[in-house]
Amino acid sequence: MEQGPLLDRLRPYVPWGLAIPKDEGGRPTLLVTPGALLEVLEAARTHLALDALVDLTCWDRAPASPRFEAVYLLGQAGGSDRLTVKVQIEGDQPRLPSSVGVYPGAAWPEREVYDMFGVVFEGHPDLRRILMPDDWEGYPLRRDFPLTEEAVEFKGHTPKVPSEIIPFFRPHSPSGSGGDPPPVPG
Amino acid sequence: MIERTRETLTVNMGPQHPGTHGLLRLVLEIEGEIVRKCTPVLGYLHTGIEKEMETRTYLQNVTLVDRIEYVAAYMEEMAFYLSVERLMALEVPPRARSIRVLLCELNRIASHLIYLGAAALDLNISSVFMYAFADRERFLDLSEMVSGQRMMPGYFRAGGVAIDLPEEFFPAARSFLDDLAHRIDEYERLLDDNLIWRQRTQGVATLSREDAISLGATGPVLRGSGVAHDVRKLLPYGGYEEFAFDVPTQPEGDAYARYRVRMEEMRQSRRIALAALEHLPGGPVIVDDRKVALPPRHELAHSMEAVIHQFKLVSEGYHPPAGDSYVATESARGEKGYFIVSDGSNRPVRVHVRAPSFYNLQALPAMVEGRPLGDVVVAIASIDIVLGDVDR
Repeated sequence: MEQGPLLDRLRPYVPWGLAIPKDEGGRPTLLVTPGALLEVLEAARTHLALDALVDLTCWDRAPASPRFEAVYLLGQAGGSDRLTVKVQIEGDQPRLPSSVGVYPGAAWPEREVYDMFGVVFEGHPDLRRILMPDDWEGYPLRRDFPLTEEAVEFKGHTPKVPSEIIPFFRPHSPSGSGGDPPPVPG
Repeated sequence: MIERTRETLTVNMGPQHPGTHGLLRLVLEIEGEIVRKCTPVLGYLHTGIEKEMETRTYLQNVTLVDRIEYVAAYMEEMAFYLSVERLMALEVPPRARSIRVLLCELNRIASHLIYLGAAALDLNISSVFMYAFADRERFLDLSEMVSGQRMMPGYFRAGGVAIDLPEEFFPAARSFLDDLAHRIDEYERLLDDNLIWRQRTQGVATLSREDAISLGATGPVLRGSGVAHDVRKLLPYGGYEEFAFDVPTQPEGDAYARYRVRMEEMRQSRRIALAALEHLPGGPVIVDDRKVALPPRHELAHSMEAVIHQFKLVSEGYHPPAGDSYVATESARGEKGYFIVSDGSNRPVRVHVRAPSFYNLQALPAMVEGRPLGDVVVAIASIDIVLGDVDR
């Protein structure tokens, strides 16, 4: 689908000041504020006939601010329209309104995002960890969550960090020499 | 007067249970024989693949990608590399595109054969299981010819495929596809004439069209509920626009409808694979950009430049420009896509896998609640989950 028409059709129904259309390689994308999220999703569902939540995920932008960006990919059953809705959230305990009321299929992916990033979806009917054990501490997919070997109690063995094995190269580093490790937020 | 009490019993099914097709646990509240509530508990196969991928270069990551939906690894690689290629704005040569489509469709047939065998075995029809797995074995042999591996091939590369198809692949693939036509008919006869199969699948594990859409189901589950939704048709990718095929649907939404859809899909996949085999374009199988593709082996013997490129690509890898990308593909189980965020370094910042089995499993409670306990096994088999895909 074209970039223009889809977003133009949505324009009358959402407060455009709170939603910024972006061009991302032909993918219609909206960057919205957390407060306008539900309104945008509802408008997309009602007025654009985007009746399926294809995917919902999140990523940690650290050390940039706002720290988290949740990504909603909306689609159409039997149609080819696609809309990406992004929302950036600040803080160590980020909160977002739950979209389960608009898209019932968001129930599990929201649990996954909560499990992996600690984003609390307000109004979610059953917000529990889904993939990690219930008593797990921390949020594994945050950038400051270290990836180490499992702590096995052998004498004199310190768990290694797998990311030390592969050298990190700065974007477009001129030579093959290793660069700084990836940024870890304070 | 006898007072009737409504009491439910909580039954734990799995994580070790042959009917769950992997490590899946279901907490079932049953009242007599009827399931009142079904709560899937996931994560028994969670291996942190998405986190691991952040520490590896793109070339290394294909090793992990293969292990997500391990029975459909070629389609998994297709989804991953299409997303990487969109980030890097790479154009894949025509021969490589056709080879990819050919292998994906052969892989789809093999994946559906696993479904067929496993679903039949769950209802104690073990002959179909044996026949289907014998046929799948022939795909594994083809895969071994192409990539050296029966499963987890690691054959696709950014900008193409690793090496050209070997000579012996063509007659073997053709004879596999030739035999397949009447083999599929035979399976269909074996199952459709089987009263047990029909009675245990027709009207069982029904998912309405509305529920299927709203719960995010895709693939044969959605098409079995009457929605003609196939990403290959709606958002053509990787060369599928050049091939003619039909999208089978069934309106009933039960386990039998999903079986019918998959049987027809095998025929359509055979059609695409035959067309790809027939009209395989000539030319290179990977882009000739030495910053992305490894140099051919024979150049390494006499070109210092090739050695340097080889060393740089293997140790450091390539740097996709900063940004994010997502390309939808139609895997054997539904929409598969990789959401990749790059910051311009040699490793992705975030990789998220849109896993069709995860979303399809979300629709399981809607299929089994209010139905007898014995239907749960049929329902799980009919959505054809791969737990590596659910838990990642």
